[in-house]
Amino acid sequence: MTTPVSSMVLVVTGSFIGSFGAVLLKAGAGRLERSMKSVITNWRLGIGVVAYGLSSVFFVLANTKGELTILYPLVSLGYLWTLLWAKLFFNEPLTKFKFMGIGLILVGVFCLKLSGG
Amino acid sequence: MSTATLDAATMEDAHARRRKALILVFFCTLIGAVSQILIKTGATVLAQQVSHPSLVSAAVGMFTNPYLFAGYALYGVSAVLMVLALRDGQLSMLYPVIALTYVWVAVLSHFIFHESLGGYRFGGISLIVIGVGVLGLKGDK
Repeated sequence: MTTPVSSMVLVVTGSFIGSFGAVLLKAGAGRLERSMKSVITNWRLGIGVVAYGLSSVFFVLANTKGELTILYPLVSLGYLWTLLWAKLFFNEPLTKFKFMGIGLILVGVFCLKLSGG
Repeated sequence: MSTATLDAATMEDAHARRRKALILVFFCTLIGAVSQILIKTGATVLAQQVSHPSLVSAAVGMFTNPYLFAGYALYGVSAVLMVLALRDGQLSMLYPVIALTYVWVAVLSHFIFHESLGGYRFGGISLIVIGVGVLGLKGDK
């Protein structure tokens, strides 16, 4: 059994969409007050949850073909997008360990691509 | 109680909370891995039922396919527990534990779906596990 590139692309697209979920939840959580109303009317939280849901739909479609040992680790690319947005939107520092971690993940993803054909 | 013993008591308390967080995250990685196996099983069933699965049939399947539904319910539970754990734990210590999910998913896929773990695949998964572990380390620059 092989894993089609189309499935890999679906997982990576899903991880990209999901990373916006993280950004929106973080932005939304920062504006919360202690009331149920402030949770329900918080559009950032709402869209954040929708983004997570949509990324899951992409992951399910991806898994209709291919192998989980390749597709699941690809989800780790979500860390790359999230760190980019954290720097861009929240000005969180990109430390040397974050660079190293992302570098290792990218080489790992490349190896998975090599093993998947 | 003197300040010294009070400090010692608070420190012990913090240690206990961190330990609990660590155990909780470890538990989350196990539930998370099982949820991925259920999701993969559900997606395979979906592919047998629908000739050309689309985003819409995948979305509908998440509610109508018992494997997908159970998989995402379990995933939700592990996500909520994870948030609770992240409140009390040190993130730098938790990342390497979170990365264990990739190990469990690989091992379970190997034994349940008979997927290969040879060569580049083993190397790729190992690099990703180490990479996620390194992400959480504290460094100023």
